Amino acid sequence: MNDFSSAFTAALSLLASGDADLAEIIALSLQVSLGAVFIATCIGMPLGAATALYKFPGRRTVVVILNALMGLPPVVVGLIVYLLLSRMGPFGVLGLLFTPTAMVFAQVILIVPIIAALSRQIVEDLWREYDEQLRSLGAGPLRCMATLLWDGRFSLLTAVLAGFGRASAEVGAVMIVGGNIDHVTRVMTTSIALEVSKGNLAMALGLGMVLIVLSLAINGSAFLLKESGLRKHA
Amino acid sequence: MSEALQNEILPLEIEELTFEAGGKRLIKEVTHKFRAGPRTVILGPNGAGKSLLLRLCHGLLKPASGKIRWCGAAADDPARHQAMVFQRPVMLRRTVAANIDYALSLRGMDRDARKVRVEKMLESTGLSRLANSPARVLSFGEQQKLALARAWAVKPRVLFLDEPTASLDPAATHAIEDVIDAIHKAGTRIIMTTHDLGQARRIADEVLFMHRGRLLESSPADAFFERPEDEQARAFIHGELLWWDQPETRLQ
Ligand SMILES: Nc1ncnc2c1ncn2[C@@H]1O[C@H](COP(=O)(O)OP(=O)(O)OP(=O)(O)O)[C@@H](O)[C@H]1O
Ligand SMILES: [Mg+2]
Repeated sequence: MNDFSSAFTAALSLLASGDADLAEIIALSLQVSLGAVFIATCIGMPLGAATALYKFPGRRTVVVILNALMGLPPVVVGLIVYLLLSRMGPFGVLGLLFTPTAMVFAQVILIVPIIAALSRQIVEDLWREYDEQLRSLGAGPLRCMATLLWDGRFSLLTAVLAGFGRASAEVGAVMIVGGNIDHVTRVMTTSIALEVSKGNLAMALGLGMVLIVLSLAINGSAFLLKESGLRKHA
Repeated sequence: MSEALQNEILPLEIEELTFEAGGKRLIKEVTHKFRAGPRTVILGPNGAGKSLLLRLCHGLLKPASGKIRWCGAAADDPARHQAMVFQRPVMLRRTVAANIDYALSLRGMDRDARKVRVEKMLESTGLSRLANSPARVLSFGEQQKLALARAWAVKPRVLFLDEPTASLDPAATHAIEDVIDAIHKAGTRIIMTTHDLGQARRIADEVLFMHRGRLLESSPADAFFERPEDEQARAFIHGELLWWDQPETRLQ
């Protein structure tokens, strides 16, 4: 208990001091996770919507695979991306291993299935309601998809948030493909793990608090946005 | 050729039209020819197949057998020249004006022309003051009007209306009927269903009477209401036809 309170005080003073290393770690974390969420949204949402709307060969296989991939262990994704990007791997020539790009890449793989699977559910429900009306108005397949994504925008925020939650919280994948290199690939989760192992609980706790506050802030504002949107457009 | 003639998709011929779902035959060998001009009202008790017939004609459902043939000059693309208002219209999660604008954009109209048309539609349906409200918070009657405005906006040659005034109060019903009248006068062919016999008398030029998936009578409105040929149509007009009655036993 004493440990905790002293660590807590130290963490607060560390945060208050505006420690430059801390700021750098936080900034990189946000950059990696938000970047991954953005890319995964661009891939996952249309993919989810397409599996909801179109009857293409292999559609059921895609659905099953997406659902199965939702629960991928981050360390395994990290390992696979590591193998792909390592010097011996097929993408070794790009020299991406132990860079923030590799971390984004791993997180994209981790969260595309989440965003796609949740989007599919949301779009499918909406499609049931919109189907005949949109066809009657004369919307083609692509236009239908765009319309459903737009009209489902507030519900779809949930899918994006779920993706962000997973990306910002995971440590396994970024640890393996990023390497937790100081000033290069050190993010909040990896440095928490490191600081704890070094016994530097103040820094670990400070980072942990920031992580929680950030996550609360992002989820909270998205929640408010979603609520007001849903209320407005029923 | 005038614009109206170029866009003509009528007459619409349906022949031995049959529709099946869930292992049941729900529309049975319906044959009819919809010519340009008169307003058609489809009557019949609940579950008669009125909505299904409209959706078949509108191309939303595929018949199990039979033909749906558009015969006008623009018949190669009939979908472009028709619109439908559903029994339960679906409003997009946007503003009132944006709902109409959406329908117009699907017809490839440019932004400026759309703006003018949207305003005109809102005015004709009395929705101008609601232009920027989210469509889904409108009252049921207002949504019906918006659905009409959205369907009318694209200047369809044929407009299918599925119970456009069901569950509206008398004033709203009246307002909608005025709009339907205006649409008719503007040259759009109205094909609608209703349960409201008074409304059918006010609007119909031609009446189709359906029961249990069959088209039992099609007559000019005057003739239909004065002396319906079909016994069940007569019972229906007198408010005596119940959908759970067995037509077979009635006839005997
Ligand atoms: N997809 C479907 N599967 C099975 N049965 C259906 C389906 N769609 C409609 N039906 C049935 O077909 C019959 C005709 O339906 P329809 O909606 O056309 O009736 P309606 O004449 O419009 O009735 P109402 O006046 O109540 O609107 C009903 O008995 C309905 O239960
Ligand atoms: Mg109906």
